[in-house]
Amino acid sequence: MAEHDLLVADIDEQLIRNEATLIERIRKGEKELFHELIQPYERSVYLSAYSILRNQSDAEEVAQEALLKAFAHLDQLRSTDKFKAWLLLIAVNEARMRLRKEHRHLFESLEEQTMETEEGDFMPRQFADWREIPSDILERKEIRTAVQNALNTLPEKYRDVFILRDMQHLTVTETAQVLRLTIPAVKTQLHRARLQMREQLAPVFGKRWIERLPFWKGKNPW
Amino acid sequence: MVKCDRVLQELSNYIDEDVDPSLRAAIEEHVRGCHRCSVLVDSARKMLYVVGDERVFEVPVGYSERLHARLAQHLGRA
Repeated sequence: MAEHDLLVADIDEQLIRNEATLIERIRKGEKELFHELIQPYERSVYLSAYSILRNQSDAEEVAQEALLKAFAHLDQLRSTDKFKAWLLLIAVNEARMRLRKEHRHLFESLEEQTMETEEGDFMPRQFADWREIPSDILERKEIRTAVQNALNTLPEKYRDVFILRDMQHLTVTETAQVLRLTIPAVKTQLHRARLQMREQLAPVFGKRWIERLPFWKGKNPW
Repeated sequence: MVKCDRVLQELSNYIDEDVDPSLRAAIEEHVRGCHRCSVLVDSARKMLYVVGDERVFEVPVGYSERLHARLAQHLGRA
């Protein structure tokens, strides 16, 4: 294992140890520490809710409800090292309950667009190579919008897996636990989601670099 | 030796380093000599880099403050 990986693993382990201590203290009555415990996951909880509801105010409300529920049921968390996955499971369940209540899922199929063939195969389009990604691009509104739009084109089952695994950095096993899927199902859905996201985003991210590439005025180099 | 369709099929597992060493070596060898597949792998990696950065996702202004205010209210009562 590389030195950097060891360092990251060390930090992760330390974080889990600190969380376990915090959870223990909260359970014993120091409830104010709950603010500190959930602080690293506020965004993740919101994003999980938003990925399902796709509405900012609903997602915020559900995120709050999910965190209040997590506090109320903290005693039921068996493995304290699984706090993040447990928290996101609550958020996903809350969001789905809200969606069912509002019957918004009835319209879901109209919004889903896939690029799969009838046999389920995926045909990638080709794009010019991307060069370096300038760091400031991550903060640009157009990129945020493009990512959100690309996410919106994913079928729900792919989107959930993609968000948990690739945006929130859960492991495949944790993603499977949260979504109650098998590990092979997570891998399959993740693969399709990644291909579709690449398909959607490559032209957006590539635009500015393609213009500088020598072959741009002609056609693709392959 | 693997072909382009195998690279496409294994792209996600390959990126996650979830393929056995012999397949990994075969994919790497293919990608080195295939511009199309090198673009595929490279653009997929960069897409993951971009979407995995938390700055790319915006939460509503004041979300954290409202959340902690509500929690404080709730914890005060609990």
